[in-house]
Amino acid sequence: MRYLPLTEPERGEMLAAIGVSSVDALFQDVPKAAWRDEPFDLPPHQGEIEVERALGRLSARNLTAGSVPSFLGAGAYRHHVPASVDSLIQRGEFLTSYTPYQPEVSQGTLQYLFEFQTQVALITGMDVANASMYDGASGTAEAVLMANRITRRKHAVLSGGLHPHYRETVATHARFAGFQVNAAPPDALGDESLAGLIDKDVSAVVVQNPDFFGRVRDYSALAEACHAAGALLVMVVTEVVSLGIVTPPGEMGADIVVCEGQSIGNALNFGGPYLGLFATRDKYVRQMPGRLCGQTLDADGRRGWVLTLSAREQHIRRDKATSNICTNSGLCALAFTIHMSLLGEAGFTRLAELNHAYTVQLANKLGRVPGVAVLNDSFFNEFTLRLPKPAAAIVDALAAQGVLAGVPVSRLYPAEPALADLLLVAATETTTEADIDEFAAKLQEALS
Amino acid sequence: MTETRYATSHEWIRIEGSSATVGITSYAAEQLGDVVYVELPDPGRDLVKGKEAAVVESVKAASEIYAPVSGKVTERNEALSEQPALVNEDAAGTGWFFKMTISDPAELADLLDQAAYDALVAEQH
Repeated sequence: MRYLPLTEPERGEMLAAIGVSSVDALFQDVPKAAWRDEPFDLPPHQGEIEVERALGRLSARNLTAGSVPSFLGAGAYRHHVPASVDSLIQRGEFLTSYTPYQPEVSQGTLQYLFEFQTQVALITGMDVANASMYDGASGTAEAVLMANRITRRKHAVLSGGLHPHYRETVATHARFAGFQVNAAPPDALGDESLAGLIDKDVSAVVVQNPDFFGRVRDYSALAEACHAAGALLVMVVTEVVSLGIVTPPGEMGADIVVCEGQSIGNALNFGGPYLGLFATRDKYVRQMPGRLCGQTLDADGRRGWVLTLSAREQHIRRDKATSNICTNSGLCALAFTIHMSLLGEAGFTRLAELNHAYTVQLANKLGRVPGVAVLNDSFFNEFTLRLPKPAAAIVDALAAQGVLAGVPVSRLYPAEPALADLLLVAATETTTEADIDEFAAKLQEALS
Repeated sequence: MTETRYATSHEWIRIEGSSATVGITSYAAEQLGDVVYVELPDPGRDLVKGKEAAVVESVKAASEIYAPVSGKVTERNEALSEQPALVNEDAAGTGWFFKMTISDPAELADLLDQAAYDALVAEQH
C-alpha cells in the first residue's frame, strides 16, 4: 500500500475543486485571537541515530521495576511473564488489532476468547464472563451501570476500601450518566460498616477484595444484606493472582465481579493497556456489557464458536445498548489466556502461595524496623505500613538509593493528611530475600 | 365483555373492564422473525402510555414494546421465558406479554379498532 503524504499538485487540485485558495483559508473561521503567531520552540530535525541517542539518555533516567528491588503495587503488579507468552501472542493466527466484527471467520480468536471467559468464570466462581473490558476501573463503572439497569435504581454505595482510581472512574460516569454515588471515607483501619447505608434506593454496593489497603475480607454477610434490600453486591479484585488462594467472590454471594487482569500475562506497561475481567450470574447475562463468545455446533455437527447475545450491543441495539463498549482488550486477554493455560489450576494456586509467602517474609522484616507498624490483620501480597513520618519523602529517599519502596497512600489520597504516613508495599514471586533485606536495611537507615 | 384494540406501534390490548392483556400482533411477530427472548416488566411496575414496557429480541433485532395505555402491571406471561417462540406461533393468544390495570380509560380512544388496524397493515405492505 502506498502511504505517502499528498504532493503539492494534488493539494492544488483539491483546493481548486472546492474553490479555496490555500489550506490556511480552510481555517478562516477560527478567531484571530486564537491563532498562534510564533512558531513552536522545537529543536531542529535530527537524524535517526541522534534521536535514538537522545531518547536513550532520557529513558536511562527511569528507575524501572524490573531493574531494582520493587515493592510497587496499589492496583498494578509486576509478575514474571514466561517468554513463551510473548512468543505465542505474536503468532500470525492470533495477531489482530481489533475485536472481531465478522466474527465467525475468526474461529481461532473466538476459541481463545471462549477459553478466556471460561477461565474468568472459574477463578471468580461466577456463571458467565464476557470477553473482557478495558481495565478494572472502567469495568467497575460498567458494573454499577449494569446494577442500575437490573434494579431500576440509581444510587451506588462505594466502600472506602475500593481503589481511589476506581472510585473516581465511577464518579465520572455518575456525573454524566446521572446516578448518585455515596463514597465512604478511606477505610485505612478496616472497620467500616456499609450495611447501614443500604436502603431501597441503592442499586449496588461496591467493595474490593483484598481491599485497597491489602486486607482480605469476607463479604458474605454484606451480600446477604444487599440481597435483602434488593441491591446487588459488586466485588472488585485488583490483584487477580489472589484468586489462586482467596475464597472466590462467587462463593461469598457477589452478583457482579470485576477484576484487573494485568497480573496474569501482562507487564506493567506504564499503566496500560490493561485488562478488565467481568463476570456475573446467568440470570443477569442480558444486562451484561461487552462482547460474549459462545460455543455451538455447525451444520455438520462440528464444534465452533460465535459471538452471541449481540442484541445487547451498540451496533444492533443503538442507544438502548447495555454499554458503549463494543470491543474488548483482545491482545491482553490472549496473553492472560495463554499464561493461565501454562500455569494450570495447580500452577495458579502455587503462584498465589508463593506471592503470599514472600509477603509474609516482607511483613516480618519490615515490622521489626523501629517505628514501623504493619496495619493489616490479614493480607495476600500487599499490606499497609504506618511510618513515623510522611511516607512520600521516604519513598523518594529510597528511590534515590535504587529501591522502589512501594506506593505512599498520599499519592492516591493527596487531600487526606491523616493518611500521609501510610505506605502500601507489595511482594510477588519476583521478590527475592536479598530484595527484602535491602529494603528493610535502607528503610531503617532512612528513618533513623 | 372483551374488546381488542391496537396501537400503531403494533401492540394489541384486550380490554376486560378496568384491566387488560397486552401482546404484539402477528404482523409484528412476522416482521421481527424468530423471537429468542422477551424481557417483561415486573408486576407492580407503573407503565406510561407510549413508553417502553418490554423488549423483544429476535434473531434479527431487538425492539422495544410500548405500553398502549397507562396503568400498573399485574401479571406477566412466565411461559415466554422458556418458550419465546410462542410469540411467533400464537401472537394473539398464548404469546401474550403481560396483564395490566387501566388507569385512564379515556386513553383507549386513541387506539385503533380491528378494521383500522387491518387498514394500517395493508398500507404498510
